[in-house]
Amino acid sequence: MRIDATDLHYRDLNAKVRAALEAGERELVIENARGQRYIGTGVTCPQAKIEITGIPGNDLAAFTSGPRIVVRGNAQDAVGNTMNAGTLVIHGDAGDLLGHSMRGGTIYVKGSAGYRVGIHMKAYGQRFPVVVVGGAVKDYAGEYMAGGLLVVLGQGVPRDQSVAGRYVGTGMHNGEMWVRKPISAHQLGKEVGLVPIGDAEWEAFHGHLAPYGAEFGIDAGQFKRDDFVLLRPTSHRPYGTLYVY
Amino acid sequence: MDVQPNPTKEFALSRGERDSAACAIAGVINEQGRRFNGERIIRMIANMHDRSNGLGGGFAAYGIYPEHKDLYAFHVMLDSAAARENFEEFLRRYYEIETEEVIPTAPLREIRNRPILRRYFVSLRDRVLGEHYDLTEQDLVVRHVMQVNGQIKGAVVFSSGKNMGIFKGVGYPEDIGRFFRIEEYDGYLWTAHGRFPTNTTGWWGGAHPFGLLDWAVVHNGEISSYGINRRYLANFGYHCNMHTDTEVITYLFDMLLRKHRLGIEEACVALAPPFWDDVERMEPERRELVRGLRITYAGALLNGPFSVVLAHSRGMIGFNDRIKLRPMYAARRGDELFIASEEAAIREVSPELDGVWQAEGGKPVVCELKVPLDAPEKEPARA
Repeated sequence: MRIDATDLHYRDLNAKVRAALEAGERELVIENARGQRYIGTGVTCPQAKIEITGIPGNDLAAFTSGPRIVVRGNAQDAVGNTMNAGTLVIHGDAGDLLGHSMRGGTIYVKGSAGYRVGIHMKAYGQRFPVVVVGGAVKDYAGEYMAGGLLVVLGQGVPRDQSVAGRYVGTGMHNGEMWVRKPISAHQLGKEVGLVPIGDAEWEAFHGHLAPYGAEFGIDAGQFKRDDFVLLRPTSHRPYGTLYVY
Repeated sequence: MDVQPNPTKEFALSRGERDSAACAIAGVINEQGRRFNGERIIRMIANMHDRSNGLGGGFAAYGIYPEHKDLYAFHVMLDSAAARENFEEFLRRYYEIETEEVIPTAPLREIRNRPILRRYFVSLRDRVLGEHYDLTEQDLVVRHVMQVNGQIKGAVVFSSGKNMGIFKGVGYPEDIGRFFRIEEYDGYLWTAHGRFPTNTTGWWGGAHPFGLLDWAVVHNGEISSYGINRRYLANFGYHCNMHTDTEVITYLFDMLLRKHRLGIEEACVALAPPFWDDVERMEPERRELVRGLRITYAGALLNGPFSVVLAHSRGMIGFNDRIKLRPMYAARRGDELFIASEEAAIREVSPELDGVWQAEGGKPVVCELKVPLDAPEKEPARA
């Protein structure tokens, strides 16, 4: 089913999406999105597929639990905010706060993303959020991250340039980040450190690259162990003694 | 910002419904100086309608008064006939008034409690300039604007540049645009603001842009350092009367760029300097420059989250806080540069773009006209 988003307010657009899903539609194409917020928010149907052309607004797929959402171009800020499950594929760039407080599901971005990617992502039980950014990210990647996997592949970024900004992993206390080299010590937050990449770590990580590559027609075999650093928090309670005196 | 309400500006306070949002900012410039009407900037800011809550909207337009391009265009809000009388008496003391008129408006149901809105095209009397050999004409205009806004009850000069004008008030920005009929003006540079006031009331003078001479600032965020900046500026003759934090940005830019003759890049370093540990890693020459700016202009440092568009006769600058706590997208298409809080607002008027990117924290996006201002008038390009 096709929905033309031209001149639709986000409330009306999202009401149409919900009504279509409740009526049994499983494949929706939203055309001409022009900044409408909250597309796919709260959708719980795991069989649903939503494709978007144009530019979806902020908080795309917020609180989403299950569907597959594909954006043909760029997305704006706070994509996947508190997302629980499902797959979100962005063929362009994403803005700031990608994967904000995400609790499960997968986000694949072909291009780059902005500041505070993966801020406060968390994992629990079977829920394990994964964010893979194809290009580069800006400052505060993985800030206050409490679980899950954040990957920055650095595709299209020259080999001598860093693909992350400053304050990487500030306040991070669980989960892990894989970032293409090089990265300097001064770019890292106080709460993370570099971890040697063993066979087990690499195999587990590489398992996430195959579906990413398949999504965008990229050969996952090109990514080598020596290309990456693995970052993990040095403490699970970095601020445990902050108010102890 | 929690600022004492100024009892002399009573008009048109308004309260609307509360909604979850943030401010919206937008700008577009044709760097060849070709003029276009206000239709597109209205569409840009209207696309972000949900970011504001109806308590303020406004526009700045450059190149709109070519027939009066050598005169200061004062746009004034007045809350009574008495305020008008007092203001005009003040104005005549210092200025020759070439033309005065009401600012044309369209009756709009959404726009209520409007003040009297008038504009005056004026030149400073030679005698006045002669009395102040150490002050430039622009210094005197700044001084007079401060005097009106601080001392004349019920009068606010909200635009004081040449061949440019600010149009603003309480309402959603697209309604304010229709109210002021901005689609009937042709300019080469337009900025816009949709307000979601967080710390001060929505009143007509508190809407953005905030202007002084030909500077116009639109701002999303808040300036936590307002108190420090305000006291610092008072040392240099700038007095804050608009009950909101944004006006310090306008005055700081005027001081740094016009009075102290810093370059745009240096001014932005002074206002949003790199952190000290980043300064330490710089090349020695750069390090000394940045260190000097930080120390010299400690009182000008803007703290808190902000994204800002500064417009002036020669160009447009997008500018973010150091840690990028507010959104800003920029894009190019041909001779035009766009800046907006959301990419969608840019795509609304230019679906195809040569390039679109996110501005970085503390690093300005700068666009300057590529033609002299006095270039022969080009045919307006219609939107």
